[in-house]
Amino acid sequence: MKRLVGLAALSAALMCGTAQAQQITVKIGVMSDMSSLYADIAGPGSTAAAKLAIADFTKANPNVKVDLLSADHQNKADVGSSVVNQWFDVEKVDLVIDVPNSGIALAVSEIARAKNKAFIVSGAAASDLTGPKCNANTVHWTYDTWMLANGTGKALVKTGGDSWFFLTADYAFGHALERDTGAAVEANGGKVLNKVRHPLNTNDFSSFLLQAQASKAKIIGLANAGGDTINSIKQGAEFGIIRGGQKFAGLLVFASDVNALGLNTAQGLTLTESWYWDLNDNNRAWTKRWQAERAAAGKFPTMVQAGVYAGVTHYLKAVVSLKSAADGKAVIAEMKKMPTDDPLFGKGTVRADGRKVHDAYLFEVKKPAESKYPGDFYHLRATIPAAEAFRALKDGNCPLAGS
Amino acid sequence: MVEIFGIPSQALFGQLLLGLINGSFYALLSLGLAVIFGMLNIINFSHGAQYMMGAFVAYFLLQYFGLNYWVALLVAPIVVGCFGIAIERLFLQWLYKLDHLYGLLLTFGVALIVEGLFRNQFGSSGQPYQMPDQLVGGQNLGFMFLPNYRAWVIALSLGVCLTTWFIIERTKLGSYLRAATENPTLVRAFGINVPRMITLTYGFGVGLAGLAGVMAAPIYNVSPQMGAELIIVVFAVVVIGGMGSIMGAIVTGFGLGVVEGLTKVFFPEASNTVIFIIMAIVLLIRPAGLFGRRG
Repeated sequence: MKRLVGLAALSAALMCGTAQAQQITVKIGVMSDMSSLYADIAGPGSTAAAKLAIADFTKANPNVKVDLLSADHQNKADVGSSVVNQWFDVEKVDLVIDVPNSGIALAVSEIARAKNKAFIVSGAAASDLTGPKCNANTVHWTYDTWMLANGTGKALVKTGGDSWFFLTADYAFGHALERDTGAAVEANGGKVLNKVRHPLNTNDFSSFLLQAQASKAKIIGLANAGGDTINSIKQGAEFGIIRGGQKFAGLLVFASDVNALGLNTAQGLTLTESWYWDLNDNNRAWTKRWQAERAAAGKFPTMVQAGVYAGVTHYLKAVVSLKSAADGKAVIAEMKKMPTDDPLFGKGTVRADGRKVHDAYLFEVKKPAESKYPGDFYHLRATIPAAEAFRALKDGNCPLAGS
Repeated sequence: MVEIFGIPSQALFGQLLLGLINGSFYALLSLGLAVIFGMLNIINFSHGAQYMMGAFVAYFLLQYFGLNYWVALLVAPIVVGCFGIAIERLFLQWLYKLDHLYGLLLTFGVALIVEGLFRNQFGSSGQPYQMPDQLVGGQNLGFMFLPNYRAWVIALSLGVCLTTWFIIERTKLGSYLRAATENPTLVRAFGINVPRMITLTYGFGVGLAGLAGVMAAPIYNVSPQMGAELIIVVFAVVVIGGMGSIMGAIVTGFGLGVVEGLTKVFFPEASNTVIFIIMAIVLLIRPAGLFGRRG
């Protein structure tokens, strides 16, 4: 009798359990550059993308409740680290997403590992995040320096741009981009003549451009981003870099940068991205929703913001499959187990080292006359299949890759 | 070819010239700051935001009214100057008798608000601004390619700086101004409207920032944070030159542009710290700055 009562109690408890487990609460923090040079690439637009992802997901899964936080890391690693620590310890945040600025992303990745939380990188680029510095709590979604280097670097060397001079932003991201592009250039038979490293957020590039001009390199590789890239190209036009027969390679150029430069200055620039708003109907439809959410009809989402949408979606799928977000490592492992499928990046996978793999695209910026409507920036020159777009698993020196 | 410290001398001349050009922006901005501090005793922290507004006004004029660069060169400083006058009438005039800190905090707050509003409206990545057709292209000087626009910047900046210096140090109007700073009560006793003079001086200083902004628009990224990046360096320039010294601001502006330019050749990683290192050294040796009158 006693046993029977016990069994009944147990089964009742189990039933309660299943009923309760269906209600899942998740807390997501978007950490980004909300106010400085990367704020248009990621920033408030990333928060808007996360909101869309959460709205779509909770509509299909009403038992999931998601709280969203956002913060500005001001491009300072100490600010970023202390916010993330507070999010994990006090606010009980389960997932941190975005984090443009590789220096900060590397710091956050380490904190996520130490506290067993989840981290999805969309804004940062350093390929070290899935290389020597990889860990089981981090997924790198949208793009990385290797992808950019390989896409743009290879394409330019193949079309005759075989001598390079680098203008490099002097921090983790710039160094990684310069190293990866240099390797891609040399692997394809090109040569790196020289390089100069400038501080982040430099206003005047004329001195560096003069050095680049004097090097006689055919290609000036811009291993920088955001305002730095815009200033380099704008002033390069002034100093007659293009007329002198040299060519810029924008190694990390976003749609928002092209908009800021104007097509007149940016035309002809070759660049690699993994997502473009005008690539297909799905992207265009999502762009409309994003513009409404962001309350900015004239802005166009970048691949980083698209990556935040896709990353949040896939993360929530993994959480639902595990019925809990508590164990960051387990959720990331589940994300790697499940194939990815979302309206923006299509089908893909997350590799053992945390690298999300999908197609990349080689674009060329249109001439002003070819641009038919606002945001009509690029010609698609080539699609780089997922298998070639990212660094091979075995070449990354990630300890997770061997297992 | 002759080499100096391993750098071909021709390349070095080019870098010196570029340093002077960048210095002309520092000079123009620090001049405005020095005028405002020297005459009003206000540390104008919104100078960077006002510089940014100058660039944006130029952009608006072109985008919405079809008015070109040359018109902007005249109109934008006036618009920005009027904004400055409004700020002075509304807020700053109540602060002259208080500690410098109050003026600094107020103008810093104004800068944050203005930059925040622009960022909210236009985003952070910037707006395109084309160079005026007349100044496209450049001259080959033998040792470097000098874009026409840069030559124009250096000429205009030098002209404006020297004219301002002349007005303040060598004319009757300037002597009224200087007297009003020393002893406003006495100057008023001579029948001169001191508050109006002070207001116009602030407007003029702010207008200089607006002018620098228009000059920057074709070559630098026109974004809401363009001023915030520059203002700290410009303050260092003013401190090195000596707070309130007009000639000090001009000479140090050009001089530090050259120093920064050379750093970009020999040790580029330090190019945005070198000015602060110099500032620390100058403050240790001459706390009133190189051209400071007090101390």
